[in-house]
Amino acid sequence: MSVVEERPIGFGRLKRKEDERFIRGKGNYLDDLELPGMVHGAVLRSPYAHAKILSIDTSRALAHPGVAAVVTAKDLETLGLAWMPTISYDTQAVLAGDKVRFQGQEVAFVIATDEYTANDALELIDVEYEPLPAIVNARKALDPDAPLIRDDKADQVDNTASPTWEAGDQAAADKAFAEADTVVSRDIIYPRCHPAPLETCGIIADFNPETGQLDIYNGNQAPHAHRTVYAHVAGLAEHMIRIKTGDIGGGFGNKVPIYPGYVCAIAGSIVAGVPVKWVENRSENLMSTGFARDYVMKAEMCAKDGRITGLRVDTIADHGAFDSTAQPTRFPAGFFHIVCGSYDLAAAHVKVKAVYTNKAPGGVAYRCSFRVTEAVYLVERMVDALAMEMDTDPIDLRMRSFIAPEQFPYETTTGWTYDSGNYAETMRVAMEMAGYEDLRREQAEKRARGELMGIGVSFFTEGVGAGPRKHMDILGLSMNDGADLRVHPSGKATVSISAQTQGQGHETTFAQIVAEELGIPPEDVEVRHGDTDKSPYGLGTYGSRSTPVSGGAVAVVSRKVRDKARLIAATMLETTPDDLAWEKGRWYVKGDPEKGAMIEEIAERAYSGDPMPEGMEGGLDGQTIYDPPNLTYPYGAYIAVVDIDPDTAEVKVRRFIAVDDCGVRINPMVVDGQIHGGLAEGIGIALMEVITFDEEGNCLNSSFMDYLIPTALETPDFELGETVTPCPHHPLGAKGVGESPNVGSPPAIVNAVIDALHESHGVDHLDMPCTPARVWAAMQGRPEPPQ
Amino acid sequence: MQTPAPFDYERATSLDGAIQALDRLGSDARVIAGGHSLLPMMKLRLAKPSHLVDINDLHELEYIREQDGQIRIGALTRHVDLQRSDLLARHFPLFRDAENVIADPPVRNRGTIGGSLCQADAAEDLSSVCSAVKAQVVIRGTGGERVVDMSDFHVGPYTTAVGAGEILTEVRLPLRPGGGSAHEKVERRAGDWAIAAASAALWMEGGTISNAGVALSSVGLTTIHLTRAEELLGGKPPSDDLFSQAAAIASEDSSPMPDGRGPVDYKRHLAGVLTGRALRRAAARAINQEA
Amino acid sequence: MNVSMTVNGEQVSHDVEPRQLLVHFIRETLGLKGTHWGCDTSNCGACVVLMDGRPVKSCTVLAAMCEGHEIRTVESLERNGRLDPIQEGFHEKHGLQCGFCTPGMLMTTRALLDENPDPSEEEIRTAISGAICRCTGYKNIVAAVRWAAEHEEVAR
Repeated sequence: MSVVEERPIGFGRLKRKEDERFIRGKGNYLDDLELPGMVHGAVLRSPYAHAKILSIDTSRALAHPGVAAVVTAKDLETLGLAWMPTISYDTQAVLAGDKVRFQGQEVAFVIATDEYTANDALELIDVEYEPLPAIVNARKALDPDAPLIRDDKADQVDNTASPTWEAGDQAAADKAFAEADTVVSRDIIYPRCHPAPLETCGIIADFNPETGQLDIYNGNQAPHAHRTVYAHVAGLAEHMIRIKTGDIGGGFGNKVPIYPGYVCAIAGSIVAGVPVKWVENRSENLMSTGFARDYVMKAEMCAKDGRITGLRVDTIADHGAFDSTAQPTRFPAGFFHIVCGSYDLAAAHVKVKAVYTNKAPGGVAYRCSFRVTEAVYLVERMVDALAMEMDTDPIDLRMRSFIAPEQFPYETTTGWTYDSGNYAETMRVAMEMAGYEDLRREQAEKRARGELMGIGVSFFTEGVGAGPRKHMDILGLSMNDGADLRVHPSGKATVSISAQTQGQGHETTFAQIVAEELGIPPEDVEVRHGDTDKSPYGLGTYGSRSTPVSGGAVAVVSRKVRDKARLIAATMLETTPDDLAWEKGRWYVKGDPEKGAMIEEIAERAYSGDPMPEGMEGGLDGQTIYDPPNLTYPYGAYIAVVDIDPDTAEVKVRRFIAVDDCGVRINPMVVDGQIHGGLAEGIGIALMEVITFDEEGNCLNSSFMDYLIPTALETPDFELGETVTPCPHHPLGAKGVGESPNVGSPPAIVNAVIDALHESHGVDHLDMPCTPARVWAAMQGRPEPPQ
Repeated sequence: MQTPAPFDYERATSLDGAIQALDRLGSDARVIAGGHSLLPMMKLRLAKPSHLVDINDLHELEYIREQDGQIRIGALTRHVDLQRSDLLARHFPLFRDAENVIADPPVRNRGTIGGSLCQADAAEDLSSVCSAVKAQVVIRGTGGERVVDMSDFHVGPYTTAVGAGEILTEVRLPLRPGGGSAHEKVERRAGDWAIAAASAALWMEGGTISNAGVALSSVGLTTIHLTRAEELLGGKPPSDDLFSQAAAIASEDSSPMPDGRGPVDYKRHLAGVLTGRALRRAAARAINQEA
Repeated sequence: MNVSMTVNGEQVSHDVEPRQLLVHFIRETLGLKGTHWGCDTSNCGACVVLMDGRPVKSCTVLAAMCEGHEIRTVESLERNGRLDPIQEGFHEKHGLQCGFCTPGMLMTTRALLDENPDPSEEEIRTAISGAICRCTGYKNIVAAVRWAAEHEEVAR
């Protein structure tokens, strides 16, 4: 027995296995890889947001020493690759032929001996453009005189990108508003921002003309889905495509889509028969790859008898020039209709229409489960606006309006079934950690001295872990994930998963799940991922789905193996399976605990020459595909404390308290790390990260000089707390957490900024980012929307 | 990653050699020292010099010393050494104020005072710092050496009195008793260029301001020398009211452009706020010095 | 042109184009892939190496400018199979996630500790303010550096 108790297994603050290579500089990122005979690609991009292409002359570039080829739309047309499907059933030009539709759009692809030469050649391609008026403001996209952006689409008569989509009950919502005693409305913009992982996107395509095999090296978040899409796009057999991700230097949604540069590299390799590497530079990353948000929202919220009762939302989604928004097929506005938040509303109605503009396509979820971020921002800003109107404490209003613990599972008026929660308890923990009453006292004292201090609250509920196959798919692919587990004769195990880490620590946490379920040390479990030839099919990592879906798969497959081990143990111990009980790593005979078989002994037996149970094959392994019965609904209470310089309007986030309830925590250290990172990104979005455009459609934030990301000096020493309300349907009770902090933190900070400025300056609304200039303008009575 | 266009490179082994090389190569040649202004522009292909003359080996240009009633700073002195110099901090504390907020530590390890001044970016902090303390710069060419007042150094946006075939070799800061100085900056984020910045230096004599220097970064096409404010301050005892008047002049005399850092009125407002703050801190330091 | 320098204690000498950036010399000419890059504008700090003991952004230094200088990269931290305390600190305190900024962070903070063996939180935050981490929110990086500071003597 003592042997068993000493084993450090399962859940807990285990240090990460993957660190070993990273702290030595031995990670294996895309740009680290060099293949024999490899050539390098570079993309020529449009300087205009909207222009006809009159001519492209590549002759000077082709004559440049070291240049092997210059590919244009014409060349791709002959291969049938000039256009590619997007994730949202739209089409996107791989290389622009007729006209360019956003600044930074791909126009030509150079292939040369090395990167320096390829960059040189870009300057030698002569493109003649005829500039057209550009549309960069979603509200103006449907003006009758707006230029038609998608004249490539036969039936397109205006810049509508998809039919208006609705959720909730309009009549019921109208009734709630008619009966309300307080109504507030706000125009709220969630501006365009960018995930900007520190490693940019890139690919090496290696087509072997002899075998027909295409090897793709590409750090992406969904390798299996990519392979399927490439098979369709390039007309290649899916089983002859192999995608290896290597290590990924951050993704945050940016590495979900397939980009034109990838298709160019693949086409280049197929034509040239040598490996083609293309790694985008930072400007390309910021100007052309998957942006996030860009929702222009009009919201109304009402209250009756001191509780929030209704919500109406009318939103314009700005998709840019091509609709490549990432979301499940049947949800064209993603999960935006989770906008009722954590509150027991009588009714709500949500309307979303989508438009094309002359901006980069994307609409990926930047650390966000399909527009949950926009929804949470909206509802948490509106609750504060309502509290302001009612002259009540924003926490009191939330407490009065929360869904009560006994109401779970809870059906929201817009169609979600929340799994579990005790919101008031989590809110109380956050208030206690923050010393909420003391903070309010301090604020009152400071106000009296003319100092500006703000306390901001948000309480979010997310829907993550997409998702059940009866409800959701992407491009017809179910959002399920597989897991294969093999316990080897020595008792060591290999588990293969379809989730794709970009830093989340899967090699450690998924080993911990197997360890917990089988009772073997996590260091004896190797996690395989990132190679489509060596991992089961699944949709990858985004939308906080690794733990909810792949984690479920690993738990389920571990239990399958454990059940098989029980049958083998019964044979070994000459008893019946029903007579056996399980403890850490061991089946033993009920009533005779000394008599048992360790998982290692069972594994040895399973591969040995000794008999197996009647009708059972040898070996100790299993596989599964996990179909989650529902999303999981993590939630949390966040409190931000900000100080604002009354003269310069600089905002300093002094404290940030985050109490998350993500159900059971597999590795609390990793969970904390995820929360820290998401909070920093949330602070970035709230204070500085934004992609803006001038009237001509020039992108004004196309490098890290102007796309500002918080440094260690803008991020406070985060204070984390937790409550644990297990998910009732997840095998481990876990809910997923990666995106919660990014979802929950922006409204807390903006609420804090407005809280600081309301009494002294009458500020009752401000859009992000809260830069010094924009905060100052708000203090002057001009809370201007971002450009 | 973005990469520079091709160029020829030559490593100077002596100052005269560098000057001769520049003279020989003509206007397409550029001096490279820290390279932190030039190389990013070359990578973005906004600058395409045909030749680079690397002066990093000219260690004789790397010093901060007191000589002949002046603090003399070699042009190749790195930001980090300006930041850490106690000699400089004792006489001109605004240097440390500025260096604490110029770019970031690794950039400060490479960038030089000469490079910063010669880049003549209006958003650059050291230009206003040197203007406020009424520095002189030494410029050397094939024809010999000349000394130029900071007030004559900036010719226009990104252009200075340093001509083709010339190198800025030294910055001289006149030492006078009773001095105090400060630099104030507001930036969007640590390491960013200023939205606005103000440098102020005051010299006190018997309870009145005998001399004042005030200059602004980021609120015009070039560094702005606030001569009207300097005239206002001279000969008067320091007071809050006086500094508020000087701050008002700063707002009026700045000529900012609207950009991603903010609109014109905000930048004008900041010019005033930061000038007021810099003057108040400079005065407090001057009074300490005097006492 | 030929350039010679010391990299991780070894003398190296190679023909390079004058325009070759130090980061490419390290990664491609020498094959030391531990040094990364993440931007084009000297903002992200992924490429930080030590030049004569001081952190510099190797994307903004020409290889040619390093003639006769001493460069240290992340590959030099582990010696004789023994991790540097700063490497251990990042592991112990979960100071990394995707690992992409880690080499730059390690070299930046190694240099900090060489100069200031007992840095405060503020000093650590200032020292790493030229480097972007998208994953950790910096809190655990600060903790990692403190861990290394506290274990430096013991480890050596």
